[in-house]
Amino acid sequence: MNGLTGAYVQGGSVLHRLPAGVKLGGLVAACTALVLLRSPLALAGAGVVVAGLYALSRVGVAAAWAQVRPVRWFAVALFAMQWVFVDLQGAVSTTLRVVLAVALAGLVTLTTRTSAMMAALERGLAPVRLVGLDPFRMSLLLSLTVRSVPVVAGLATRVREAQRARGVERSLRAFAVPLVVSSLRHADALGEALIARGLDDD
Amino acid sequence: MIEFDEVHMRLGEREVLRGITAGLPERRVGVVGANGSGKSTLARLINGLALPTSGTVRVLGLDTRRQAAKIRRGVGFLFTDPDAQIVMPTVAEDVAFSLRRKGLSREEVDRRVRDVLGRYGLGGHADHPAHHLSGGQKQLLALCSVMVLEPEILVMDEPTTLLDLRHSRQVADLLRQMPQQVLVVSHDLPLLAGFDRVLVLDQGRIVADGSPEEAIGYYRKLMA
Repeated sequence: MNGLTGAYVQGGSVLHRLPAGVKLGGLVAACTALVLLRSPLALAGAGVVVAGLYALSRVGVAAAWAQVRPVRWFAVALFAMQWVFVDLQGAVSTTLRVVLAVALAGLVTLTTRTSAMMAALERGLAPVRLVGLDPFRMSLLLSLTVRSVPVVAGLATRVREAQRARGVERSLRAFAVPLVVSSLRHADALGEALIARGLDDD
Repeated sequence: MIEFDEVHMRLGEREVLRGITAGLPERRVGVVGANGSGKSTLARLINGLALPTSGTVRVLGLDTRRQAAKIRRGVGFLFTDPDAQIVMPTVAEDVAFSLRRKGLSREEVDRRVRDVLGRYGLGGHADHPAHHLSGGQKQLLALCSVMVLEPEILVMDEPTTLLDLRHSRQVADLLRQMPQQVLVVSHDLPLLAGFDRVLVLDQGRIVADGSPEEAIGYYRKLMA
């Protein structure tokens, strides 16, 4: 599992060397530009730029595919709905916009260590101290979210295996209830571990 | 030094610990007992993760009720499930997370992280995603994240329960070499061989306290 899990791919490309803050700022600017681009042709051009950035990062085709793979069915459904309710041009533009935004976000996570991203976010969020919030804890949320994706996926696999063993593969309740319970247990244990690692003492 | 003085612990209607009194100055202390005997609760009392309903727990001369944060700086805690303890996506980042408030330069953090990963056999995994490690390697990573802070006391709650025989032996070997005081809660009786002292808990009380041979012998009879 590589996609959406913040799996940093080690490398020495220009993108790897760029400061995390610059990459996050660039991501915000690029996503804004994607929203503003209207024609499918312009968005196709943006697609070529994104592909070029992936080539520049040298993270490999498998890692690149892993970033957009999780949204492939969503993209198909989105395209179909837009085509039915809007038109073909709208469907192509909207779907391209979403897929390119996901690909760009994936590129940032592939070329940036989570710790560097956390440090950049912590600096960027410094003003929230004025309203009594802790920027470190807010940036830690990002790390915990990224870290929890493979853990919850592992829990889901275990629940599915147990379902199969008991012959209740098709029961949504038999899947959802143990998954929610084990996820909550994991959250409890994680909270306790964070206290043990001194989080409450910061 | 860990000291329990007339410690009672109640969780809802259930009295989990009933009048525990013990001074533990030994370097290697084991705690065994049946499921629900109170041994994990006893471990959690040591760094203030749980507070006694009555009585006092003193660690490194400090009261856990009033100085838990200070105690946690000197007491490392290793949980049974490493997945609950690893908070950063990659191996090196998780170890570095422990050092975040030490005020060290980036070079010094990198040096300490590399050093501890090398010592525990994870030197080649520094940039790997933590979820790609095996269960045994994850437990070693959790141990690295604790040991990088060089705690004075290490508390381990069933550290080998989820490990295979090879990784259990590796943890046992590492444990023997540690200069720290170590308290281990475990069902893995061979792990406690060579310890200075073993306590047996049953229904919240210490029912045996002595050398591993004496205490484990008593525990085996209790479980027969």
